Amino acid sequence: MRDLVPAVIGVLVRRGADFASAEDAVQDALVEAVRVWPDDPPKDPNGWLVTVAWRKFLDATRADASRRRREVRTEGEPMPGPVEAVDDTLQLYFLCAHPSLTPASSVALTLRAVGGLTTRQIAQAYLVPEATMAQRISRAKRTVSTVRFNQPGDVAMVLRVLYLVFNEGYSGDVDLAAEAIRLTRQLAAKINHEEVAGLLALMLLHHARRPARTGLGGRLVPLAEQDRSLWNTRLIAEGVDVLQIALARHRLGEFQAQAAIAALHADARTVEETDWVQIVEWYDELVGLTDSPVARLNRAVAVGEADGPRAGLAALAELDPALPRHTAAAAYLHERDGDPATAARLYAEAARSAPSLPERDHLTRQAARLNAQLAGLPHRVPPDVASPPNPRAFPQ
Amino acid sequence: MAKYLLLKHYRGGPAPAVDCAPMDQWTPDEVDAHVQFMRDFAARLEETGEFVDTQALTPDGAFVRYDGEGRPPVTDGPFVETKDLIAGWYIIDVESWNRAVHLAGELSAAPGPGGKAIYEWLEVRPFLGDSPTVTE
Repeated sequence: MRDLVPAVIGVLVRRGADFASAEDAVQDALVEAVRVWPDDPPKDPNGWLVTVAWRKFLDATRADASRRRREVRTEGEPMPGPVEAVDDTLQLYFLCAHPSLTPASSVALTLRAVGGLTTRQIAQAYLVPEATMAQRISRAKRTVSTVRFNQPGDVAMVLRVLYLVFNEGYSGDVDLAAEAIRLTRQLAAKINHEEVAGLLALMLLHHARRPARTGLGGRLVPLAEQDRSLWNTRLIAEGVDVLQIALARHRLGEFQAQAAIAALHADARTVEETDWVQIVEWYDELVGLTDSPVARLNRAVAVGEADGPRAGLAALAELDPALPRHTAAAAYLHERDGDPATAARLYAEAARSAPSLPERDHLTRQAARLNAQLAGLPHRVPPDVASPPNPRAFPQ
Repeated sequence: MAKYLLLKHYRGGPAPAVDCAPMDQWTPDEVDAHVQFMRDFAARLEETGEFVDTQALTPDGAFVRYDGEGRPPVTDGPFVETKDLIAGWYIIDVESWNRAVHLAGELSAAPGPGGKAIYEWLEVRPFLGDSPTVTE
């Protein structure tokens, strides 16, 4: 049902509703659909939603005396002919990712207007009160209220928003990663753009690993230690297909490059089979495309795998030590270089500045493991969570 | 967006910038103005879509700890004369560290005696979040 939301909003806007009212009306119509459809499913769900949402819009407009003039205008207009839903949906993506919005506002508005989620669901997903999220959404709507619906949009901005949604994870009631994939898939069906495909591939390839990413009690399992039999081969196959079609167009972008790296990991049946040389090459492409310090940091770790830890440390030494996860990467490379004392110290330091709880716990565990080893203590871990003999500790 | 705790230490923290009397020695109007400022601050945060939570704490309470299997927990305190008394907090969800610092600066300007800002020290602490999906 939520797939229909953007097109229905688009129809209302073309009939003369302003975006904010159209969006509200469609939300009201969805609420009614949830109530009515189970007992009385419509033959044409799209037409049903358009009719009910339009009625809701007119009701709301009538209820507001100060809007009387607009009511006369909109009701006096003839109904337009057949509407091209494809363009409407696309315009809605662009509008919700408009450059005048902050990233957080774009995310909230996209989830509501394009995704059809309720304000409550979005609030729960981002762990803020519903009233706060309602304000965020209504401010965003006000910000874009003067944007004309048929202006060309910026695909890169839309992709940035969808990437943010995907990367938020899946802590709440709503599976934001799955929602991001749904919205990106829908976008990819409407616009032929290699980076849209690149982002979709990236999401599918990472989503495929999700069952293996967390262990007992939500602990983070680094890529190298993941049980690869838990990876979703169907999603991997789809991701690789989508990526290959995108790459064949020879218009490389950052999401395609990231997806290529994810695909190389997915392609290795064991961590030892990983083609690190190719991964470094893709990181070179990524650094060339984005000049992102994060990409440089990850490249240094990949260099450590391809050319040995010394080479990785040399690459790392060229980067700003204040970068997030710089210390964690240094710890990992020092351990691989046979210096557990330095590694233990750096892991502990990295844990103190870790940006997330699972990472902090993971890094603390690495420091504890090395410290116990250095003190000559037996390494007591329950067998089901035991580390392999040569743990690859850097979370990837 | 990231969440931050703005911790109100009441009279704790670094050396006070302004030495104002404890709140119970203010006039009732000054207390009212202070409380209203706090409410308005929360309302503004809600309006900007940045509000998560605010709570105030009573000064009472005690330290409590486990004391071994089968024994009741040990309590210590209350410490009425403690220098660092956590009075409450705000939790905000904002775009950046700079925004969090800016808001803490606003909150620190809460009025005290004579309606003048109390220049209260606020502790700003980032929350640990979930780890992102894509890290490589």
